[in-house]
Amino acid sequence: MTMQRYAEALNSALREEMARDDTVWLFGEDVSTYGGVFKVSKGLRDEFGPERVLDTPISEQTLTAMAVTAAMTGTRPVLEIMYADFMPLTLDALVNQASIYEYIWADQVQMPFVLRTQGGGGAGAGAQHSKSLDVLVAHVPGIKVVAPATPADAKGLLKAAIRDPHPVVFLEHKLLYNSRDEVPDGDHLCEIGKARTAREGSDVSIFATSKMVHDALKAATELEADGISAEVIDLRTLRPLDNTAIVQSVKKTNHAVVVNEGWRFCGFGAELSATIMEQAFDDLDAPVERLGTFDMPIPYSEPLETSVLPDAEKIAAAARRALR
Amino acid sequence: MKNSPSLDDQLEMYRKMVLVRQLEESLGELHKQGKTRGPIHRCDGQEAVGVGATAMLSSDDYVTSTHRGHAHYVGKGLDIHKIVAEILGRETGYCKGRAGHMIVASAEHGLLGGNAIVGACIPAAVGMAQSLKLLKSDRVAMCVFGDGSAQTGICHESMNIAALWKLPVIFVLEHNEYGLTVHSDEQSAIKDLYKRAEAYGMPGKKVDGNDMLAVYESVATSVDRARRGEGPSLIEAKTYRRAGFSTSDMGGYQSEEKIALWEKKDPITIAVKKLKKLVEPTTLRDIEELAIQHVKDAVDQALADPYPTFEPHAASNPYRGVVL
Ligand SMILES: Cc1ncc(C[n+]2csc(CCOP(=O)(O)OP(=O)(O)O)c2C)c(N)n1
Ligand SMILES: [Mg+2]
Repeated sequence: MTMQRYAEALNSALREEMARDDTVWLFGEDVSTYGGVFKVSKGLRDEFGPERVLDTPISEQTLTAMAVTAAMTGTRPVLEIMYADFMPLTLDALVNQASIYEYIWADQVQMPFVLRTQGGGGAGAGAQHSKSLDVLVAHVPGIKVVAPATPADAKGLLKAAIRDPHPVVFLEHKLLYNSRDEVPDGDHLCEIGKARTAREGSDVSIFATSKMVHDALKAATELEADGISAEVIDLRTLRPLDNTAIVQSVKKTNHAVVVNEGWRFCGFGAELSATIMEQAFDDLDAPVERLGTFDMPIPYSEPLETSVLPDAEKIAAAARRALR
Repeated sequence: MKNSPSLDDQLEMYRKMVLVRQLEESLGELHKQGKTRGPIHRCDGQEAVGVGATAMLSSDDYVTSTHRGHAHYVGKGLDIHKIVAEILGRETGYCKGRAGHMIVASAEHGLLGGNAIVGACIPAAVGMAQSLKLLKSDRVAMCVFGDGSAQTGICHESMNIAALWKLPVIFVLEHNEYGLTVHSDEQSAIKDLYKRAEAYGMPGKKVDGNDMLAVYESVATSVDRARRGEGPSLIEAKTYRRAGFSTSDMGGYQSEEKIALWEKKDPITIAVKKLKKLVEPTTLRDIEELAIQHVKDAVDQALADPYPTFEPHAASNPYRGVVL
């Protein structure tokens, strides 16, 4: 085990995969000479050369379309889209191109590419640099969507995503880049599509992804003081969703809180809550509590931004409501 | 002369143009009989562009195409029966009936593929070319796209990136004067779009798109250049869309005189006139008769072919638990 920051763990994953497979290459805005605005690709240009680590023009639509077809023609691109807020620009390439071809072209091609991006609020970055648009892509069959919460998972999932033969959208969180934790040494891989129990509990299950896992863990500590035992499940992958882990946990606690940092309306929490209703209805003692960002643009000023984002306090309150 | 096709090559191009013309006419008939689904975008009168531009490519060079791609498919060597079977939604089609006429692909021919999102085939070729460059291959990627597609933002992004990175791309602009019902004069302030090439830092050329030899020679020079690693070129082939936008076009916006004028410049007539100086008329007649019969047989066979049966597709639906 080595203590690493989340950004460093991602960097190790990229370095190891580029060393292992010389068809892996990186491109995106500011990723090469500067090493990425969040420094995830730091040092990789020096190590692997400018042919495999490319700074690009500001052309998200074309870059994403290029990742799709480069992937179907023999290389493994990893594209960095600087902010998840720019994902709308990538959508034609993901929704109308990448997601359809394996099936529509009857398995004549595969598209092993990774689109990395980072989202989330809490940094005062304003309405165009703070969103979590997970569901824009999780909605689409043909694309896998992962969102690691810890440095260990960041590394293990990114390595797995690069090796995956299918398109993967990899969602990072700007407030997690500096978080430190132990990361297994060596060829550490996490299976895409498997949730992780971040904390065991018996009274209520909290299902979360990315930064919300940490808020859920804080909420669980707070609840413990009141004698409430909360289980926190880090879903890690939004699609394919680990239904089995969700149902198992609800069977145990009979209460569920779902939280995702995207907007609540039509958000990922709606999918989780429907899944629980369809597959674990008889195990529920209370309606599922659903949290997301309040349905409005994310404001800049700190007290305003804090008001719209889900956090530990709101999660703890939701758990108490579920148990009332 | 270098980059002039041999006599055999010319006869093969002539044969392919006849195949395409007969294919379009047969599809028109099948549509009238209610045997096709959805709109069909015919390319009658534009055969010399698709056939002439692809004739010098080998099967491992890539071509990306549009919703009006039949001449590009046939030019790249796809089998008529498997094309028709795809258009008729049969199991025996290139994509087992999943793609339909606008999105046909054949990986073994490097045709990846038709694309019904206007402009999307342009960055698609650029991504393939980037892969080829990384793989240190001397293969090339060609996109054939319309005058309407040339007005998209991704066209601009793609040409900039291809020229900047000296990628082995050949941009073949099939200028047929229309984007759906709107004339190109109402979509662009300049008539000759090849002039944009200079601004991107690549060669740009205009060619008579109804003269297969002129198209071939012009494109072949650009293909050679791309193979040498000297970067992309833009070739604007001037032609005219005689057939209406699609089989669902109700017309009323193209003048009869203009259509009649372009019928006089028919690409097959032009080819025959030139070839008659080189071979006996019977040779051409034999080629024509065999090509027409070939299409008729392909249609009969495809009509008798089985429909596919539905099966869920794991890769495009990575979803545990509920499948339907
Ligand atoms: C992104 C997008 N916008 C609009 C359409 C509808 N549409 C289909 S073809 C077409 C015209 C395209 O013109 P051009 O590129 O010149 O091709 P042509 O039909 O002339 O071959 C339009 C507007 C589409 N399919 N995709
Ligand atoms: Mg056009």
